[in-house]
Amino acid sequence: MAIDEMAKREASSPKGLGVVGWLRWGWRTLTSMKTALILLFLFALASIPGSLVPQRGVEPEKVAQIYQNDPGLAEWYERFSLFDVFSSPWFAAIYLLLFTSLIGCIIPRTLTFARELRRKPPAAPRNLARLPYHAELDGELTTEEAARRLRKLRFRVQTGDGWVAAEKGYLREAGNLMFHVSLLGLLVAVALGSLYGYRGNVLVVEGDGFANTVATYDRFIPGSQVNAESLEPFWFTLKDFQAVYSQNGQELDYSAFLRVNDAFDYELKVNEPLEINGTQTYLLGHGYAPIIKITDGKGNVVVDRPVPCLITDKGTLLSECVVKAPDAQPSQLGIALLFLPTDDGQGGSQFPAAVDPKLRVVAAFTGDLGARAGIPQSVYQIASPEVMRKLKGIVMGAKAPAPLAVGGSYELPEGAGKIEFTGVKKWMTLQIAYDPGRLPAFVASALAVLGIVLSLMIRRRRVFVRVADGRAVAGGLTRTEGSAAGFEAEFADIVKVLSDGDRDVR
Amino acid sequence: MSVDLMAELSDTLILAAVLAYLAAMIGFALELAYGKARAEKPAAVPVAVGGGPAEEAKAADAEQTPGTPGWAVTAGRLGVLLAWLGCLANLAALVLRGLAVGRWPWGNLYEFVVAITFAAVAAFLVTQLRYNVKVLGTFVMVTATLGLGASVKFFYTAAGPVMPALNSYWIAIHVTAAIVASGLFIVAAVAGILYLVRGDGVSRLPARADLERIAHRAIVLAFPIWTFAVIAGALWADKAWGRYWGWDPKEVWAFITWVAYAAYLHARVTAGWRGKSATIVQLLAFACLLFNLIGVNLFLGGLHSYAGV
Repeated sequence: MAIDEMAKREASSPKGLGVVGWLRWGWRTLTSMKTALILLFLFALASIPGSLVPQRGVEPEKVAQIYQNDPGLAEWYERFSLFDVFSSPWFAAIYLLLFTSLIGCIIPRTLTFARELRRKPPAAPRNLARLPYHAELDGELTTEEAARRLRKLRFRVQTGDGWVAAEKGYLREAGNLMFHVSLLGLLVAVALGSLYGYRGNVLVVEGDGFANTVATYDRFIPGSQVNAESLEPFWFTLKDFQAVYSQNGQELDYSAFLRVNDAFDYELKVNEPLEINGTQTYLLGHGYAPIIKITDGKGNVVVDRPVPCLITDKGTLLSECVVKAPDAQPSQLGIALLFLPTDDGQGGSQFPAAVDPKLRVVAAFTGDLGARAGIPQSVYQIASPEVMRKLKGIVMGAKAPAPLAVGGSYELPEGAGKIEFTGVKKWMTLQIAYDPGRLPAFVASALAVLGIVLSLMIRRRRVFVRVADGRAVAGGLTRTEGSAAGFEAEFADIVKVLSDGDRDVR
Repeated sequence: MSVDLMAELSDTLILAAVLAYLAAMIGFALELAYGKARAEKPAAVPVAVGGGPAEEAKAADAEQTPGTPGWAVTAGRLGVLLAWLGCLANLAALVLRGLAVGRWPWGNLYEFVVAITFAAVAAFLVTQLRYNVKVLGTFVMVTATLGLGASVKFFYTAAGPVMPALNSYWIAIHVTAAIVASGLFIVAAVAGILYLVRGDGVSRLPARADLERIAHRAIVLAFPIWTFAVIAGALWADKAWGRYWGWDPKEVWAFITWVAYAAYLHARVTAGWRGKSATIVQLLAFACLLFNLIGVNLFLGGLHSYAGV
């Protein structure tokens, strides 16, 4: 979209045109630089809400929170797809128009460039002294010799009667076109990833395993073309998890030791994902899962497993969790717990490593937890607020016992049963992702960088030489808008090479 | 030298750099204030930020001198010297911080802002070596003083290790590129603001065409570096977070900044947008950059939150 083209386009007015004329006018308007600029602004502007309103793909829990706290607002957000800005129709409209405008710009420019590549440089102007850069050349110089020297400087050269015309810097336009085509390629790669890729999250406790099937995920986000068979079959067990902390409790490093496919061991770390046939497994986070054993009022063991706790304080890994025993007799049990990796003696934790792990029973409830009502329940919550109101609190507030150490136990009041804290395990959260667009996106962006560097750093420049009456004159000009800087020095070098020939080729 | 001593020395050098920048600012300002006013002239002297004939710069230098009292010229020279001293103290503080913590010294917002301030001052001083851009000095120094001051006052983080996710060679690639690009964008923004402040008439400030050229050259250099920084970030995210692009707030704003600077480059070649409009676009893009570097951490959070901010 050169400036003169722009002017041509603006000059054509749509008045009194037929359908074809209107279409042509529409296409010209869409592919004009001004429209592209406006679309670029819109593109940037439209992204802003994506950083202000929580996005469903990034923070689903915050979206749920808005639905809970302010359903009216959430409904309006939903109406304008503000929870999914980057997959919303209006966002798509902007970038599709932008890329259409881009295509409409690339095609004619590519054709022009292809013609230019085949064309020889234009004839030298009559008076080279009128050019922005010019110099008298020393020594005897013939047009053939000047042409040879310029070719050596990798100019494209055309000779005529007493003149030489040379041009260089075609890579500028090539780079510019490559940059814009790469952007199209990037769009295709991203689309490929969102159609055929998937990602999912899962929490795994030490000693447990994971097999890559849809059912094992806690959260699974497939692309629209993904089915159950698309998942790469692999499995692993978490043998051990280790975290290292500095003396003041800052996390320094952590590793998950996996046994993969019963075939090999792998140390999974942040920044070092496990790759199996293009499917990547990433370590995202970790926490504690105290092993809890609950014996009900009738003496039956109703719970005996590690219970993953959610971190409430990142610095000390103080965590909270809930254990539910819907099979307990005489009454169902729901117990809220706090896990303290290192007891500080005041009911809190003072260090993130499990140096002196304690478990605090914060509250215990009996009554129907509603587990059989068929409504999905959170494992991190005893019951919904409505159900909670009907439960009977048997341990609360001041009645809560002192924190339990490993091996400790607590008899619940009213003969409801007994809770034992038998050990500590760790859990890790993983993201497992497959994205066939990864590599194409990388290639496209690498080409884009190369293209933009070529297009911004290279100048298109022409050099002419006229020889008459044993006198040789050189003139030069650069076509690059704005940044003529540096050409003067280069022109001086060229003049030197033309004057001195092979004696001092710089 | 012990690790604690190096960390302490680093903090002291930052304060020294602030003072040096402040003094340099006064020096530059004196020369500017008592220098001769110049009329807006056509774009005859190509001033550039990297590559170009040195004679032109000298011509511009000579042009500035007549009418300026000798002591003001001395104040300007002193300003350059003090700016170099401040820049060296700034660099030494970074190096010592890096040695004290045994990693790249841009792992939290404090270190990041200190590094960007260094990059901006270095970009200005290196340009000053070849071309006369002394008039920008006052304003670059104001920015540097404010940047370092804010980093000490609001973002200070004691020397220490970073979270495991940042222990990667990618920090050297991704963050360094972002710092270098930001330093150049700051120089461009300073030139852009002066462009708007300066009217078309007689002024002590450089000609509008020169200011615009300085800004354009800086952005032409910075834009590919910024593009690379964003892509390196995507590569790192692909290694650390399980996706190369996830519209995290920092990613959204890096993208917005990129689009805005792309809009500037397009505006410059569009009829009717050159000059003032393009400069306004450039400054809007710079506002996006600032929000991305600092605002996102303070107001939006997301995955790029480290060490509290």
